[in-house]
Amino acid sequence: MLWACVLLPHLALDGILRRRVSDEPLVLVGGAVNARSIVAVNASARDAGLRVGQRLTAAHALLARFDTLPYDPQAADRWQRFLAAVAYRYSSEVSLLPHAIVLEVSRSLGLFGPWLRFESMLRADFTALGFRHRIAVAPTPHAAYVLAGIEDGRAVLAQDGLRDALRDVPMRKSRLPAVAVDALSGMGIRTLGPLLGLPRDGLRRRFGAGLLQAIDRLLGELPAGLDSYRPPDVFDLRIELTHEVENIAALVFPLRRMTGDLAAYLAGRDGGVQRFVLRLEHREGRATAVKVGLLSPERDAGMLFELARGRLEQVQLPEPVLGLRLVARDLPNFVPAGRDLFDERPANALPIEQLRERLRARLGDRTVYRLGSTTDPRPERAQAVAEHGGANYEEPRPRPTWLLDRPIPLRGPAPRILAGPERLETGWWDGAEACRDYYVIETSLGQHAWAFCQPGEQSGWMLQGWFA
Amino acid sequence: MGSIVALSGMLDARQVWRGRAVPVPAGEQPTGWAALDASLPAGGWPAAALSEILLPMDGVGELRLLLPTMARLSRGKRSVVVVAPPYAPCVAGWQQHGVDMRRVDIVAAPEAEVLWATEQCLRSGSCAAVLAWPRQADDRALRRLQVAADTGKALAFAFRDRRHLSSASPAALRLEIETAPRAQVWVRKCRGGAVPAQPFALPRAWH
Repeated sequence: MLWACVLLPHLALDGILRRRVSDEPLVLVGGAVNARSIVAVNASARDAGLRVGQRLTAAHALLARFDTLPYDPQAADRWQRFLAAVAYRYSSEVSLLPHAIVLEVSRSLGLFGPWLRFESMLRADFTALGFRHRIAVAPTPHAAYVLAGIEDGRAVLAQDGLRDALRDVPMRKSRLPAVAVDALSGMGIRTLGPLLGLPRDGLRRRFGAGLLQAIDRLLGELPAGLDSYRPPDVFDLRIELTHEVENIAALVFPLRRMTGDLAAYLAGRDGGVQRFVLRLEHREGRATAVKVGLLSPERDAGMLFELARGRLEQVQLPEPVLGLRLVARDLPNFVPAGRDLFDERPANALPIEQLRERLRARLGDRTVYRLGSTTDPRPERAQAVAEHGGANYEEPRPRPTWLLDRPIPLRGPAPRILAGPERLETGWWDGAEACRDYYVIETSLGQHAWAFCQPGEQSGWMLQGWFA
Repeated sequence: MGSIVALSGMLDARQVWRGRAVPVPAGEQPTGWAALDASLPAGGWPAAALSEILLPMDGVGELRLLLPTMARLSRGKRSVVVVAPPYAPCVAGWQQHGVDMRRVDIVAAPEAEVLWATEQCLRSGSCAAVLAWPRQADDRALRRLQVAADTGKALAFAFRDRRHLSSASPAALRLEIETAPRAQVWVRKCRGGAVPAQPFALPRAWH
């Protein structure tokens, strides 16, 4: 077993910063109303001297203007779960620890390559999503958790090296029960090394079974005892905008983040999305729903963004928007489009599916289609919209290349008959009875046409198509 | 200022060197009509470029001219897009000419969006050929299509009315279809070679 730990020390703040455009000082505050203190600060606020743990009143004395947002533990929790869903892409065994995600990677390494490459993939994913992180790997999840807190990028790949690696860990960073840590520090035991050397009997008598259990979990002598994380079946992401937005253009930036998150979630689930709803939330619970439907499941971030944007730009905002919510319930399996090794298309070609989606997003759902033949001989029913080709019936008799939507009378001088008649008599069972003689004719202008008239007559021509 | 010098005199005196036209790569996109291929400098459609087809009216053999090309491309699992056709393509008729309809996408774009849709298809690089019926296309619009065809390495075909023959066009190839006295195709402009003096007789077999 090998466990990677992604420590996320700034979850709540990163969750806000990633959709913030400006770089103004920002602090998150928590605590009781009369004693509010700073829980997190961004880089520009830190440069101005604001620190975590400061009273808000002291901060106001240091810096005249900064943005203040309440610290929302639930938001941090939501982001952690979202990131766990992203990490699920790399391992089927993902668990949550406070401010951290651990994942079992020993089998994943066979798929994704050696640890260094795997680690850089993980880092790239988390960086792209805008979350600061520290990563460590160790044979047990708790040890990886402890090592990630000590040093970013620490890798202990074998059980043999685990004790050595833990030896120098300071007690206050050991994540052992707090009572024991305080007492042991008072006894002069400042790192884990001496603690591991102490007789177990004495420790049990002094601190109870809890400490020994924690030590055993750290070293892998007891099972880790973590609940494994299961990604939800519905993607539901909501963000609250910091101010009221009245024009669509200002929603594009948060939208890009949201579709990016959706794509990351889908990659973690190895699925695609076929339909999703973007809800623009107004005041007093009113909302405008923007539905985005796709022809086939997709999960490419750029494409989802472009399509959602295309639909969003057609919306007229009835009132200002306070929040955005993206809900995707229909998450079918995703089959990536294959490309031939000897493909003649240019290397940067957009797949045809994406092109069709782009056209649909602007022109409408029913404007891009393919036609297939049916088994009905009546020309007006012989073909229908068919996504994957209908019955492939080869008609032996002459058929035109253009077909009129409905037959129209042919005007002008009498045409010259080139071929025919072909009698068509059908449809008596469904109320659209057709009894016609079809001819190939040449009009006085030199066009070749497909026209019909009543059986036995050669007048009253009705034009059905062109042999263009 | 100097007097006017005849160009022919300078050429004879070898004072001016006449560069030769860049040879056009031959035979990459045959039209499927041997006689037409032989008369075109590229030995077929100009690759990655716009071809303009001028018609007196719809239904005079314009599809017949292109069906061999569409059949070849669609059988080769390449996509063909038809933008804003004047009538519905008849599946049975196209299949009789060997077109694989599963590779043919029809875009029913409104008149104002025809050029946009055509340009998107051409630029995407995923379509082998794009057939468009733009109603309002000027010189600049066609130039955009020409550039898009070059970017996406696609064959672009714009079908327009014959009255546009007199106006200039950036298309690499301009063909005019004539019905009287008989069905024939005139090459009105072709990049990289002289315009053939003889028309190409368009066979009008209906099957």
